Amino acid sequence: MNPGTLKQILLITDGCSNHGEDPSAMAAFAREQGITVNVIGVMEQDVIDQKGMQEIQSIAQTGGGVSQVVYTSQLSQTVQMVTRKAMTQTIQGVVNKELQQILGRSKTMDDLPPEKRGEVVEVVEELGETAGLEVLVLVDTSASMTHKLPTVKEALLDLSLSLNARIGENKFSVFVFPGKKSDVEKLLDWTPNLEALTKVFSKLSTGGMTPTGPALREALSYFKKKRSLRSLLSNDDEQFFEESV
Amino acid sequence: MMMNNSLRNQCKARPGTVIKGKWYKNEYKVIKELGFGANGIVYLAECQGREVALKVSDNSMSISSEMNILKSFTKVQGSALGPSLLSVDDWVNQGVTLPFYVMEYIKGESYLDFLKYKGTSWAIVLILQLLKNLSLLHQSGWVFGDLKPENLIISSPSCQVRCVDVGGTTLVGRSIKEFTEFFDRGYWGLGSRKAEPSYDLFAVAMIFLNSYYPNRFTKKSEGYSQLSQAIKGKKELKMYEPVLEKALLGKYSTADEMRKELMAAANLNMDSSRQKQAPSRTSYQTPTRKRKKGKTKGGLLESMLLVVLISIVYMVYIYTKLL
Repeated sequence: MNPGTLKQILLITDGCSNHGEDPSAMAAFAREQGITVNVIGVMEQDVIDQKGMQEIQSIAQTGGGVSQVVYTSQLSQTVQMVTRKAMTQTIQGVVNKELQQILGRSKTMDDLPPEKRGEVVEVVEELGETAGLEVLVLVDTSASMTHKLPTVKEALLDLSLSLNARIGENKFSVFVFPGKKSDVEKLLDWTPNLEALTKVFSKLSTGGMTPTGPALREALSYFKKKRSLRSLLSNDDEQFFEESV
Repeated sequence: MMMNNSLRNQCKARPGTVIKGKWYKNEYKVIKELGFGANGIVYLAECQGREVALKVSDNSMSISSEMNILKSFTKVQGSALGPSLLSVDDWVNQGVTLPFYVMEYIKGESYLDFLKYKGTSWAIVLILQLLKNLSLLHQSGWVFGDLKPENLIISSPSCQVRCVDVGGTTLVGRSIKEFTEFFDRGYWGLGSRKAEPSYDLFAVAMIFLNSYYPNRFTKKSEGYSQLSQAIKGKKELKMYEPVLEKALLGKYSTADEMRKELMAAANLNMDSSRQKQAPSRTSYQTPTRKRKKGKTKGGLLESMLLVVLISIVYMVYIYTKLL
């Protein structure tokens, strides 16, 4: 059993969208394509209002991911926790589906006796450690985020440190919204290492609307583009691997 | 954090609550709450006249994972690595199924509390003990991961360090699952988060630092120079500077190696302090206090003798005057 490469969008924001389509709908659309959407809400002293909270939860729920609202100081720990949790969740979903095929409908991992469950968890952990992972980071750069951006950068560097300790391969890319000309702007192309982020992040300008929905849509299309290109490459890789074995 | 609230409510069990296992039908009577973490609540409970620790969670993934780790410990060496696992089961509480496991209850104080009561001179002893435990753990293929004072219990009355909470324990070669910033070498920019013995040894050095900086501190800019300054800032740490620096820089590949050098440094320090302090008698707190006590006792005796003597002389004087 192989869950293949896990695909995630990590949305970092501090409030409500105010432009374009419903971000929850876009998140649900992402989920349909096997891409999980996680959301982290960052607060400073200010508190995120009820509406913003609801939106954050709703995006993650419809996107099949995890959401968490934190103070800026806790961001580093949270980013890695949320990403890992979502990975496990996705793998668990795959494993549960397999279990249902073996054990019959409506049976999940939790219906097994504790000892058997332990064995399943071992498999889930193994997969989480070795599976490939692609994370597209989507950062809100509307005016209120200005002070939080240095911490966001630190947190993302920390994320790549955590994930690159895994055995499996990682790919990250970073987008910000709103972009200079369009709703979303690419900051960093797919790379296994987020180190390059340090340079580009300092040049960021903030301000403008919060087009969360359009940004998600754009990000999705980027996943697709990349896939078609990469699938060619990875096929080559596999062939090479088979030959060398 | 937010999710903990719902977890807290679901897993809440008042003292006196009976937790009955769905699979094995054992009954556990909750005595009190022992601790509360991101992944669950630990209770002290009683089962067939025996005190046990019971961890309940709403996350069957983490409970099962910890169960696996504790189980594999039992297979290897048992007690020194973690609390021994007694049972695993589910608790159906108001229609919600909550997984839990039962382990040995380790009675004692947490690391920092212990040092507060007993004095920081214990720190080196506890660190040496900890390194012995870690050596065993690493040899059986595990890295503790989230090593911090809160996860260390000094069992009473034997005063032995025991590692509890195996939530962060990871197979060697994988990536660290759980960590605490102050004790994480990645946070200080001093290494990866790959599970290898040197990851734990960094945390050991930080626990030693934490013993003398109980309030901890946050990273300023350059991680290593700040830690190095902190070591130089306390004379109890400065004595072990070479060993601590090697541990911080990941230069020890095994716990035994670090333990050996730390032990040698400790012996050297004890010798030199014995020689230095023999004449001046200032550094050992307890003996001076004892001496003081002895002095006051002697003083009391002296003054009492004086009072008695004077009164005898006075009585003789009055006696002769009266006659």
